[in-house]
Amino acid sequence: MLAYIIRRIIQSIIVLLAVGFVAFAMFNFVGDPVDNMLGQERTQADIERLREQLGLDKPFIVQYWHFLEQAAQGNFGLSYRQGRPVADIISERLPATLELAFVSGLLALFGGIALGIFTAIRRRGISANVIMTLSLIGVSLPTFLIGVILIYVFSVELGWLPSFGRGEVVDIGGWSTGFLTVSGLKAMVLPAITLGLYQMTLIMRLVRTEMLEVLRMDYIRFARARGLREKSINFRHALKNTLVPVITITGLQLGSIIAFAIITETVFQWPGVGLLFINAVQFVDIPIMAAYLMMISVMFVGINLIVDMLYFAIDPRLRVDRSSGGH
Amino acid sequence: MQHPILSVRNLVVEIPTRHGILRPVDQVSYDIHAGEILGVVGESGAGKSMTGNAVIGLLDRPARITSGEILLSGEPIHNKRPDELRRLRGKTMGMIFQDPLTSLNPLLTVGEQLTETIQEHLNVSNAEAQDRAVAALEEVGIPAARARINSYPHEFSGGMRQRVVIALALCAEPDLIIADEPTTALDVSVQAQIIALLKRLCRERGVAVMLVTHDMGVIAEAADRVAVMYAGRLAELGPVRDVLTTARHPYTSGLMASTPLASQGQKRLRQIPGSMPRLGNLPQGCAFSPRCEFAQDKCRANPTPHIQDGDGRAACWFPLSANSEQEVDA
Ligand SMILES: Nc1ncnc2c1ncn2[C@@H]1O[C@H](COP(=O)(O)OP(=O)(O)OP(=O)(O)O)[C@@H](O)[C@H]1O
Ligand SMILES: [Mg+2]
Repeated sequence: MLAYIIRRIIQSIIVLLAVGFVAFAMFNFVGDPVDNMLGQERTQADIERLREQLGLDKPFIVQYWHFLEQAAQGNFGLSYRQGRPVADIISERLPATLELAFVSGLLALFGGIALGIFTAIRRRGISANVIMTLSLIGVSLPTFLIGVILIYVFSVELGWLPSFGRGEVVDIGGWSTGFLTVSGLKAMVLPAITLGLYQMTLIMRLVRTEMLEVLRMDYIRFARARGLREKSINFRHALKNTLVPVITITGLQLGSIIAFAIITETVFQWPGVGLLFINAVQFVDIPIMAAYLMMISVMFVGINLIVDMLYFAIDPRLRVDRSSGGH
Repeated sequence: MQHPILSVRNLVVEIPTRHGILRPVDQVSYDIHAGEILGVVGESGAGKSMTGNAVIGLLDRPARITSGEILLSGEPIHNKRPDELRRLRGKTMGMIFQDPLTSLNPLLTVGEQLTETIQEHLNVSNAEAQDRAVAALEEVGIPAARARINSYPHEFSGGMRQRVVIALALCAEPDLIIADEPTTALDVSVQAQIIALLKRLCRERGVAVMLVTHDMGVIAEAADRVAVMYAGRLAELGPVRDVLTTARHPYTSGLMASTPLASQGQKRLRQIPGSMPRLGNLPQGCAFSPRCEFAQDKCRANPTPHIQDGDGRAACWFPLSANSEQEVDA
């Protein structure tokens, strides 16, 4: 198992180096940072000094190494537009995105698993078929449209929930949270549903398919032949086996929630890193774009790694050494 | 009079399809007594598994019992509600499937699967259930049972796994076991051990066993009586010695001639010409008549009478006598 984990970690590092290279390349090939940073009135000396300051006069590979070194410490330099450290800007914005992703992730995971089980167990029932049909619509509608529809119904027509922003936030040791105020919680509802709906339908359909597959297995039949109750067969025998393959995909889905947050944050003007990124793209604010890219890939790789370990925890067949299996 | 453990009376299972109603089990009747092994043989698709599934109440939709009776120790069970039937499964009747590799839940330990079954049916404490689980494993010959109780199924070999499956089927002490090809998926070397185990449990505990198999050797070795099925009907039913040596139904005789059996010596194997008709396309009279070398007009026009224990051995208008079989062989 240790060898496996080490191999996975090495793979992760390679992925991050590659993404790092793309991020780094943006600095060099998309516009000239010196141009961007200095105003209209600049002298050749200013340019030279800044180039030296930024290390742009060094060989390419040295610059790349320097970039990685700094990136590993969370240092992506100054935002071209705001002139403040990127790390500061991102850490101000991160709580908003993480809280949104967390709530939609929970919604997607628990909603998806519950609905998946329900539609699998009651696969002939009317309500299960209605849910399946609705889920098809849910999958095919683009996220922004769902967001706009929700805003129209619940903000414009009914006036129950705010259509944009985070509501009031409370600052706890540098982390701004919307969980502690009523307006913060209300503001969370629509964006979380918008962001989580697509993932929820995916997870639901996956769980359903997987569960139906498992329910056809011999060991389920044998469990029935031993007179176990349906409840135990569905939730103890079938569900656990369903979750093994579901975990991998679900894990990646949850990772992608943070990336997908860009659209939701734009629709709801949610002050998170996704909105920050969209604004950065408009102003070609390369350091922020690079930092965002790195951050997202670290999350993806990290989630992937955790998912693999969960896999180990759930499936005993993977836990033993190959050599001692059977006898 | 002592009731047989299992008594099947004129059992009919039907499957509605777009092209009409199929009868994978048609007017089947047989008894199994305590401590007795009834072998069930027949070509693939003859309805052997369907009969077993009907008895234990696990027919897959859309198949269902449409008439006939199933009695467990004299008590009718064919009309019980699903939950009543569930309580009987495991407790008074158990089933063993073909493939031990897939019959056990890979994510639960052997002990967990045993104790959940025991506690479902018997009102015992956790510790007691644990002890019974160990005893069940010991009884089926798993070495170091107490140590292995926390092992997962994949940590056992195929033969050991089938022993675990048998332990699971027997742990709540049922009176009837339906074993549907319990050795087909196993190594030849372990097949005999598993059959010997079933035989021993049957004798020691007085369990009634319905043993479905394709292996005439297994029948000869283990069964007390044998039922031969053809196209959903019983073709022949009788004591194993008689059926194996002097078959009355031409189908049985053909089946024997097409299977290698040590006790029969080195006779050349013969194949029965043709194949079993599909259920939707059964001939009018005796279902075997198109393939039967002795078939006459009566066979083609009239369905054969259904047989029961002690009431004619073969469902055939012109059963073979010992002499006529010799003629066939000559
Ligand atoms: N859903 C269904 N629709 C139509 N026919 C079916 C269906 N399920 C089973 N059958 C038919 O029922 C018959 C009985 O099948 P069964 O599984 O009992 O045969 P078997 O004797 O156990 O054969 P095997 O030796 O291959 O296990 C077969 O002819 C099969 O084609
Ligand atoms: Mg079968």
